[in-house]
Amino acid sequence: MSSLSKVVASLKERFSEVAESEFRGLTRVVVPQSQCFEALTCLKGEFGFDMLVDLTCVDYLNFRDATDRFGLVYLLASMEDNLRLTVRVMLNEPDLTVPSVVPLWEGANWMEREVWDMFGILFEGHPDLRRILLPEEFEAHPLRKDYPLQGRGERHNFPVLTRGEA
Amino acid sequence: MAIELPENVVISKLDSLGSWCRKNSLWPMPFATACCGIELMATGASRHDLARFGAEVFRFSPRQCDLMIVAGRVAMKMLPVLQRIWQQMHEPKWCISMGACASTGGVFDTYAVVQGIDRFIPVDMYVPGCPPRPEQLIQAIIDLQDKIQAEGTIGGREFNTFARQQRKRALMELPIIRTPQIVLPNRQGTN
Repeated sequence: MSSLSKVVASLKERFSEVAESEFRGLTRVVVPQSQCFEALTCLKGEFGFDMLVDLTCVDYLNFRDATDRFGLVYLLASMEDNLRLTVRVMLNEPDLTVPSVVPLWEGANWMEREVWDMFGILFEGHPDLRRILLPEEFEAHPLRKDYPLQGRGERHNFPVLTRGEA
Repeated sequence: MAIELPENVVISKLDSLGSWCRKNSLWPMPFATACCGIELMATGASRHDLARFGAEVFRFSPRQCDLMIVAGRVAMKMLPVLQRIWQQMHEPKWCISMGACASTGGVFDTYAVVQGIDRFIPVDMYVPGCPPRPEQLIQAIIDLQDKIQAEGTIGGREFNTFARQQRKRALMELPIIRTPQIVLPNRQGTN
């Protein structure tokens, strides 16, 4: 059995730049972009975080006091020890690339496709990085804060059927 | 009267007879995508009993239908499907846009939702409401029946008028701005 504080302490020991914070009883660590795959591999392999509960992203554009543009969020859980840990990776343009965690958690496949679809973050080594929700020919990443709510004309870009054509 | 007719003989126009047959046997195609679909089902069920107007035979194959009822919001990704189903229906065919979302996009004024199906397919009758009561849908069907009886022809000439051929609403509100495409690295199946 290992407690969460022990996990975070040994993670900090191994990866010097890891920052820890707590909010409403949930522990959060911020991992640098270059070390995120190693840190997640370590969390899964050595500390038993065998479940990736969710993988999502936040766009901090125009957010008060924000220094980074995107925050990639991995919600991990350890079934064995009943622990939960939030891992964040802060990303900035133009380098929006992180290694895919599909080799670690198979369930990350569709989650990474969704994050790619909505935020345009590239997951290196993903087996099938296609859009998952929006149509293939869609060209933007609409959950970014600089994307207009009503779109850039995508919803008008279809052939119109009249009575004669039907 | 110059000619004596037997009592069981009625003289009418062929167009009128055809329209009378058509209007009393509308077979709806339920294109139900949201909560309007629940009201559509209620309309077909026993309390409201759409069978009184001859329109109770919901068919899930567009080839057997002549009235498409679009009930609910239509996502942009869904629109090609809607258009294909409309094209698969045989003439003569009519379309009812049921509810605020199908008619105008409703509260979903976002990049992903079609702002009124009449921008992309022809619509004969609009039903307001969010969702409309079954009575409103029944009224729309009755109005459509009146419309079919009033202007219907055997050969479908009423569909060839200029007003019916026209696109209902202009699509001029936003120009299409292309954003540069990000090229996917290590995507399988290419190169």
